[in-house]
Amino acid sequence: MAKRIDVSGLTAYYGSHKAIDDISMTVEPRSVTAFIGPSGCGKSTFLRTLNRMHEVTPGGRVEGKVLLDDEDLYGSGVDPVAVRRTIGMVFQRPNPFPTMSIFDNVAAGLRLNGSYKKSELNDVVEKSLKGANLWNEVKDRLNKPGSGLSGGQQQRLCIARAIAVEPQVLLMDEPCSALDPISTLAIEDLIGELKERFTIVIVTHNMQQAARVSDRTAFFNLSAVGQPGKLIEIDDTERIFSNPSVQATEDYISGRFG
Amino acid sequence: MSTTTPTPTGPLTKRPSTLKAASLPRWSPLAVAAASAAVAIGIGAGAGLHSRIQWGLIAAILFIAGSYALAVTVEGTRQARDRLATSLVWVMFLMAVVPLASLIYETVQRGIKVFDVYFLTHSMGVLSDDETGGGIYHALIGTLQQVLLASAIAVPIGLLTAIYLVEYGRGKLSKVITFFVDVMTGIPSIVAGLFVLSFWILILGFGYSGWAGAMALAILMMPVIVRSTEEMLKLVPNELREASLALGVPKWRTILKVVLPTAIGGITTGVMLSVARIAGETAPVLLLVWVNPLINTNPFEGSQASLPLYVYQQYAAGTDASYDRAWAAALALIGFIMILNLAARGVARWKAPKTGR
Repeated sequence: MAKRIDVSGLTAYYGSHKAIDDISMTVEPRSVTAFIGPSGCGKSTFLRTLNRMHEVTPGGRVEGKVLLDDEDLYGSGVDPVAVRRTIGMVFQRPNPFPTMSIFDNVAAGLRLNGSYKKSELNDVVEKSLKGANLWNEVKDRLNKPGSGLSGGQQQRLCIARAIAVEPQVLLMDEPCSALDPISTLAIEDLIGELKERFTIVIVTHNMQQAARVSDRTAFFNLSAVGQPGKLIEIDDTERIFSNPSVQATEDYISGRFG
Repeated sequence: MSTTTPTPTGPLTKRPSTLKAASLPRWSPLAVAAASAAVAIGIGAGAGLHSRIQWGLIAAILFIAGSYALAVTVEGTRQARDRLATSLVWVMFLMAVVPLASLIYETVQRGIKVFDVYFLTHSMGVLSDDETGGGIYHALIGTLQQVLLASAIAVPIGLLTAIYLVEYGRGKLSKVITFFVDVMTGIPSIVAGLFVLSFWILILGFGYSGWAGAMALAILMMPVIVRSTEEMLKLVPNELREASLALGVPKWRTILKVVLPTAIGGITTGVMLSVARIAGETAPVLLLVWVNPLINTNPFEGSQASLPLYVYQQYAAGTDASYDRAWAAALALIGFIMILNLAARGVARWKAPKTGR
């Protein structure tokens, strides 16, 4: 089910601008890896290179290797659509499809891929909504539009939508930054449950959140505005937050940044 | 601490509130409007101005100046500027609405005379111009068929062009296409007609037909559809595309199942507006469809009629009976376009993304 990601020498560009430079790391399966760092340091860009969403942006291109259990995502002949089916993504702002009901939103991944049996659809939707801790709140109004839910519910709907296609890895780009503390707690609990089944990578600006949910933490930084972002260090979360090996990490975590 | 903070000491005196100011009563704009209308009527009648338009303009100027002057003396300059802007907006609004309302009033009043079921279900046949009777059935059929054919050509091409420009087009080709679409928007309808005339009828040697007219109408329709669809597709948030792509949905299915349904309301409205635009075209129809007072239900062979052309012909005939027919046909044309617009709004509302609250 869950797979390991090995990144080596990854550099990403927006047109001629180098956004991240020469990043290498390993993301362990069935664990939560958190990316922290200041704005503009390339955390989100790096996250998007992991399921080939970076190249969707005009001018976006990537050099280097991303191995998913020994298979290079950027190798020749690799279909980005197949990559994205294997590595799901949850975005910063909840983005349910406005024309679809709650049910259709969760079923969207299967329906739009055209690979499903009608009889399975109900089960998959129920399982995914339960997996996202949303089933009890919406089971009586599955045919209502998804945009009628609250922000936290919408984000959990998006998570349900992402896990409905049974990916190996789940990437989360600041999933709680638009949510209140209660909804954030709900999603953090959910992340704890999901890591039993998926490899999870989460970008966050909230260091307490990184400390709470993640097993390993990667710190990104950039030397100056306009310079490419770099990976400073990656280690067990406990070590990063108690005894990091690089001074810059400690400065950032303790608020003495800059 | 070298500075001392002033503490409120001394007797509590009741000072006038700094938040309240003198203001005109709510009914004052109405009163100013009534007064300026009365003065304008007085001036107009007194000076012997015959045109009611002159009276209206005088009233408008008086209203703007009056409300400004009144507000300056009572409320101060900032409020007065606000009132000036508000009264300008109202005057402009009325100047836009009055001609429209009077156009509809005039058309209904003159057109209703011979507008009945007989008029809608009979053609002109062999009726001469000064005879009463006759109808627009042949012209209705002609307009309907030509518009449908033109839409059948222009809607797919226009939609696909817009999708290309928004979803795929990068670099030079899309810039060139955008430029030509802009140029096409400005093509006068007679030029489109002349183009099809020289190409289809003179060079290829086909005869006059509704189809030839539909081709010219399609040329006029296409840029309107491309432009409006482009704008609507650009309004679809990028997050929805990314959400769909991140689910492992191929790009073409993302466009078909996520982007287009989200924008379908606005796209429909744009298509209907372009239909409304070409339904009233006379020039290309005159060149390419020719005129036919008889019913011809085959748009691919022989000349047909169309509503705007019918209006033109009946008006040109210049008899009382033909004037009545021209106005009734104009009423039918307005009704036809209005029904289309209402249908478009219905579809737009029905298909619009639901909030569910």
